[in-house]
Amino acid sequence: MEPYLLSNAVVVALLAGLGAALVSAGRSRVWRDAGRELVRRRPIALAILLAYVAIGLLDSLAWVSGSSGGAMPGGDTVSLHKPRSAIDRLFPDDSYREKSYSAPLAEREFLGGAPLRHPGRHLLGTDILGRDVLYQTLKGARVALLVGGFTTLIVIPLALLFGVVAGYFGGRVDDVIFFLISTLASMPGLLLLIALIMVLGRGPVQVCVALGVTGWVGFARVVRGETLKLRELDYVHAARALGASDARIVLRHIVPNLMHLVVITFVLTFSGLVLSEAVLSWLGIGIDGSWGRMIDQARDELSRDPIIWWNLVSASFALFGLILAVNLLGDAVRDILDPRTLRERA
Amino acid sequence: MWAYVVRRLAYSLVTVLGVLFLLFVLFFLVTNPDDIARKAVGEKAPPQALEQWKKNHGYDKPRFWNREQPTDSMLVDHFRRMLTFEFGNSDADDTPIWRRLRSGAGPSLSLSLPLFTLGLLLTISLGLLVAFFRETYIDRMGVILCVLAMSVSTVLYIIGGQYLIARVLRWFPISGFDPSPAVIGRFLAVPVLVGLLSNVGDSVRFYRAVFVEESSRDYVRTARAKGCGEARILSHHVLRSSLVPILTQVVVAIPQLVMGSILLESFFGIPGLGSITFDAINANDFATLRTMVYLGSLLFILGQILTDVSYTLVDPRVRLE
Amino acid sequence: MSTPAAPSTCESAETVLDVRDLVTSFPGPNRRIAVVDGVDLTISRGETLALVGESGCGKSLTALSILRLVPKPGRIDRGTVRLGGRDLRALPVAELRRVRGHEISMIFQEPMTSLNPVVTVGKQVIEAIRLHERVSSALARRRALALFEQVGIPDPASRLDAFPHQLSGGMKQRVMIAMALAARPSVLIADEPTTALDVTIQGQILDLLREVRDLLGTAILLITHDLGIVNELADRVAVMYAGRLVEVGMRTDILSAPRHPYTQGLLRSMPARARRGERLTEIAGVVPPPGQWPTGCRFAPRCTRAFDPCARIDPGPTRLSANHTAWCHAVAREEGSPPAGGAPA
Repeated sequence: MEPYLLSNAVVVALLAGLGAALVSAGRSRVWRDAGRELVRRRPIALAILLAYVAIGLLDSLAWVSGSSGGAMPGGDTVSLHKPRSAIDRLFPDDSYREKSYSAPLAEREFLGGAPLRHPGRHLLGTDILGRDVLYQTLKGARVALLVGGFTTLIVIPLALLFGVVAGYFGGRVDDVIFFLISTLASMPGLLLLIALIMVLGRGPVQVCVALGVTGWVGFARVVRGETLKLRELDYVHAARALGASDARIVLRHIVPNLMHLVVITFVLTFSGLVLSEAVLSWLGIGIDGSWGRMIDQARDELSRDPIIWWNLVSASFALFGLILAVNLLGDAVRDILDPRTLRERA
Repeated sequence: MWAYVVRRLAYSLVTVLGVLFLLFVLFFLVTNPDDIARKAVGEKAPPQALEQWKKNHGYDKPRFWNREQPTDSMLVDHFRRMLTFEFGNSDADDTPIWRRLRSGAGPSLSLSLPLFTLGLLLTISLGLLVAFFRETYIDRMGVILCVLAMSVSTVLYIIGGQYLIARVLRWFPISGFDPSPAVIGRFLAVPVLVGLLSNVGDSVRFYRAVFVEESSRDYVRTARAKGCGEARILSHHVLRSSLVPILTQVVVAIPQLVMGSILLESFFGIPGLGSITFDAINANDFATLRTMVYLGSLLFILGQILTDVSYTLVDPRVRLE
Repeated sequence: MSTPAAPSTCESAETVLDVRDLVTSFPGPNRRIAVVDGVDLTISRGETLALVGESGCGKSLTALSILRLVPKPGRIDRGTVRLGGRDLRALPVAELRRVRGHEISMIFQEPMTSLNPVVTVGKQVIEAIRLHERVSSALARRRALALFEQVGIPDPASRLDAFPHQLSGGMKQRVMIAMALAARPSVLIADEPTTALDVTIQGQILDLLREVRDLLGTAILLITHDLGIVNELADRVAVMYAGRLVEVGMRTDILSAPRHPYTQGLLRSMPARARRGERLTEIAGVVPPPGQWPTGCRFAPRCTRAFDPCARIDPGPTRLSANHTAWCHAVAREEGSPPAGGAPA
């Protein structure tokens, strides 16, 4: 299967999964109220986040257009058959490629003043290779969501699995898992991350895996602690006395009570992961196309005179906007799902 | 208590062994020695050169178990050398790693110690201040500022700080380092400032939360009923009982103190341990990288023991069993 | 302490604490709810007034309101709290701090959490002294030692340097009392001082409070839900229900001849009064949660003697004697006066 079809399928599957999760959450009054409360408290942050997600989604679904598009000036027929996403299609085939720098909305090149191929079309200018900055910024959204979302999809099930098993079964199992957790936790995060990427390779999947491996430990510890507490609750004892199997107790009594932690952790670690990727890009081992990479490539340009600022500013604001929105939402989510208020509302 | 310390040290040793094993898996099992050799010697090098290089760096031995000499395998070597702090030479340029560590420790500390102490003082004071004014406009503004500050990447602080202070205002040099006491401050000013800024948002919010939480406790109500003013409550009662979470934060920072900030040092040209790590990344120097992760872990584990012990000094309820 | 003196009488003593129309509210789902809804209290020098009621009736908040210790988002909306002639509500914060602990002190229900866990109890008592008097730390320490002896803490010298978690509940409460008395206040507010303690210790603390009253002449506002304690310690009793006073009178009046149906119900339901083999009497229904109070008399839905005006009009005070007042339409009718009261709530 073509790789782009596979990635399309993955995206659709993820969306379907998310939809299913939302539907099942919507059945519980507590979660419905929580959702409504979130919308009431942080409508702007939510809207901003949804905008980012929409852009990322639009960029994730790619298809090949038929040759009915007709030849475009300066375009080559080969690229007509390349799978292109909705974002790609907002720009003409070579994404308004120029030779080199140009300022936002400029008519001429920045250095030398030669006329541009697409004068006045670059809303945010072009970078050193002539690539449209707006285009790059939009494409960065997908990378950021990939880093945050996909990695968290690794982190959370892993942490839940190990944490619950360790906390519930205790004894030897707990000793082994706790040893694993504390060993990993003893290694300084950034250094371990760097080591993992150096060893695994520098592709996007490897970076996500590395982020996941370093990130699951903290949440696993929290899950283990909560499970230890939940295990001692009266209704768990009652369920066991009634003969419920371990699996049933875990799935029906323990895991649902961890869900609020899952949601809080998801939102809180998301921004941490995206920021970590920016640092990794800075160190040269990030993901191509991310805002961090844009910033890294742009940093030398501040020293030029006159300075070139538009690519740096664009990527910085894009990064800042997403992180800020997620942080604000994370705070609100944490307040709303605070176990004390949850109990009062139930 | 000493029994506890001894037991903790024993457990820590086991953890260290675990770390070493993990490092072994990463650096010797997952990676291919041929790739490392090729990167070090050159793509076009003849096979003998590769073999020679691998021999020099100990990559030619059997991985786990050597039939002729049971203790002469990569695994045993790795453990033995790491535990005796015998780090060998860098994969990239064959210089002894110890020498680079020694030269880098000083500059790292000269940056990280001021950064750490100033940061602690600043964030705790700001946290207390905001907690004093909780639920007022000052508090709300403070929290908003913190969230805004937190949402900016460290990378951007570095770029912005350097641009603004070094280029526009020209108060301090853009980068570089000179250890002589007369001028060392000039080179450290911007990195310290940038480092403080990038951490302040997160830390102040954390401390504020801790202080506000403690302020709502019953014993604070008793103190108020006795006639204590809010300022005294924060400085005498709340601060003292918040020392446990504060100490926990301190310990997390200990590895960074010694190992240096990779970002700050590399960007501002400070030749510390962080810079060395940065160079190791660029040069694919696995030997140095391995050493750095190991040392960082050792420091962290040590720091954790110290913190646990310090809890007993600070909070009389904590009894180490 | 040595032998107790004769209990003080209250008729000739002066008023030390005078609370009028105290209203304290908290935000509710739609509007603010007055959890303390127009309470009047007076305490004379050396007198012990017991404020009695079930959980949630607002008695603790009344006490906190007197010292302006109401936790946010609560707020004191109305009323005057006169201590020795000065309205505490009108005082600037700096002055209020001087009053707290010095002229009027408070001890709380949970001795476990009411002491700072990382500071020695001695230092906490010394703080109570030095906040209000300029004394050297050595002198303060001697005073603290003396206070520890007064409240009956054995081996006081070594206990001064103990941490709260090293002391038992009863011991901690004694420390709290020592701390509260350190600056020699004229009024002591005791919020359920024995509720969290073992029954055997309860008796000891009550004895201690009795000594405080007798020997130091301190007026005590005793918050409690336990009528047994009221019997042991109180000179006068005020009964609260759902944020309002329902009956106030001398201890003997309230305990032997209560007039308000709620007070009567409370006394009837005491297990000590039940005869063996008999079913315990109870008051039908449950206390309405704050904000869901009925119009008119708040006790009316549960009252066996409710009649027409009860569900419409708040009962005003009916004076039964010099020291006995009840807020009840049925009582008013018995006394021959027309149902007095404010506008329909």
